[in-house]
Amino acid sequence: MKVAVTAKGVQLSDEVDPRFGRAPYILIVDTETMKFDAIDNNDNVNAFKGAGIQAATMISEKGAEVLLTGYCGPNAFKTVDAAGIKVVSDVTGTVEEAVAAFLAGPVEYSTGANAEGHW
Amino acid sequence: MIISVASGKGGTGKTTVATNMASALGRGVRLLDCDVEEPNAHLFLNPVLGQAEEVTTFIPEIDDELCTGCKKCAEICRFRALAVVAGKVLVFPELCHSCGGCMEVCEEGAVLDGNRILGTVESGSAGNVLFSHGRLRVGEAMSPPLIEKVRSINENNGITIIDAPPGTSCPVIAAIKGADFVLMVTEPTPFGLHDLKLGVEAVKTLGIPCGLVINRSDIGDDGVREYAAKEDIPVLLEIPFDRKIAEAYSVGKLIIEVRPEWADKFRDLYNRIEILARC
Ligand code: SF4
Ligand code: SF4
Repeated sequence: MKVAVTAKGVQLSDEVDPRFGRAPYILIVDTETMKFDAIDNNDNVNAFKGAGIQAATMISEKGAEVLLTGYCGPNAFKTVDAAGIKVVSDVTGTVEEAVAAFLAGPVEYSTGANAEGHW
Repeated sequence: MIISVASGKGGTGKTTVATNMASALGRGVRLLDCDVEEPNAHLFLNPVLGQAEEVTTFIPEIDDELCTGCKKCAEICRFRALAVVAGKVLVFPELCHSCGGCMEVCEEGAVLDGNRILGTVESGSAGNVLFSHGRLRVGEAMSPPLIEKVRSINENNGITIIDAPPGTSCPVIAAIKGADFVLMVTEPTPFGLHDLKLGVEAVKTLGIPCGLVINRSDIGDDGVREYAAKEDIPVLLEIPFDRKIAEAYSVGKLIIEVRPEWADKFRDLYNRIEILARC
């Protein structure tokens, strides 16, 4: 399964960035092999509006089924939801730890946005 | 002659100035209340209003049957109001600026006119004053097109007074651009000064001459006057605190109703604006 994790850098050992739309990188991690693909989200970071929507579209195109992040705004949530991606929010630690915690379970998926817009 | 009455924040007496000036000038002047989120000029002028006219704007509605998920619409949208995920188009109405680009670019005819209601416009008259105002639909965020609609009502004797929304963002710009003069209303306090500065910046960017009315001019400090002198902004009228005026306001009455001698001052205010705007 592919899991998208918002990150401050391009390594599994980098910290999870709590912001979804405005995280500098999003790592798409294959949970079977722990191989990953780092998406550069920097174009989105400075977007005035719609950053979350854009990021959500990107991870959907990359085939992610789950998103691990800190906060997810309403527009981003609407987009990932339409893409059938489940969201785990309030995630902390490194990307590796976040994925491990997700795999170990139990997982609580978000049922809605947990941030105002502009994330 | 189009005069926009503006202020950096709400509650400075902007509507008081706009309605009193309109009423003092009387015959054939048109007052446009463009503070569409909270129109309140009618409370002072008590106009007899005709039927409310709905104002709508374009918003894409996607026909899922026709849509092939090609993403052309999302790619052309500068405002990121569209996203294509799992082969379906999502529309984010609050980001849409109604430019119509998505409809233009869709080769499948899948983008339909969703026609969103922005609000209503009502017109009528209050004695000699011609009156129009817009009222934004509750929950609607896109006020500039509604403000433009209100501003398009221009039948008058040559004088239009616009009650602009407070602040300095897009709605304010929509209410002051193209005006011949912007009258800023402020209070002589540090907060008033702070917001005034922001307002003046916006007006200057648009290159419109402006002047100042200082409300409750006998409270506060001299910061506003010093700023005005430094920036070469003429102070055209000072309205001191007056219990009678404050009481009149609280029951929806004009200053010139309770203090008739003020009618001359408001006419004089207009005359000075006319001179400043022409030079
Ligand atoms: S351009 Fe038309 S067909 Fe293509 S995704 Fe948009 S609505 Fe669908
Ligand atoms: S009308 Fe313009 S702003 Fe609105 S969705 Fe279409 S392209 Fe985007």
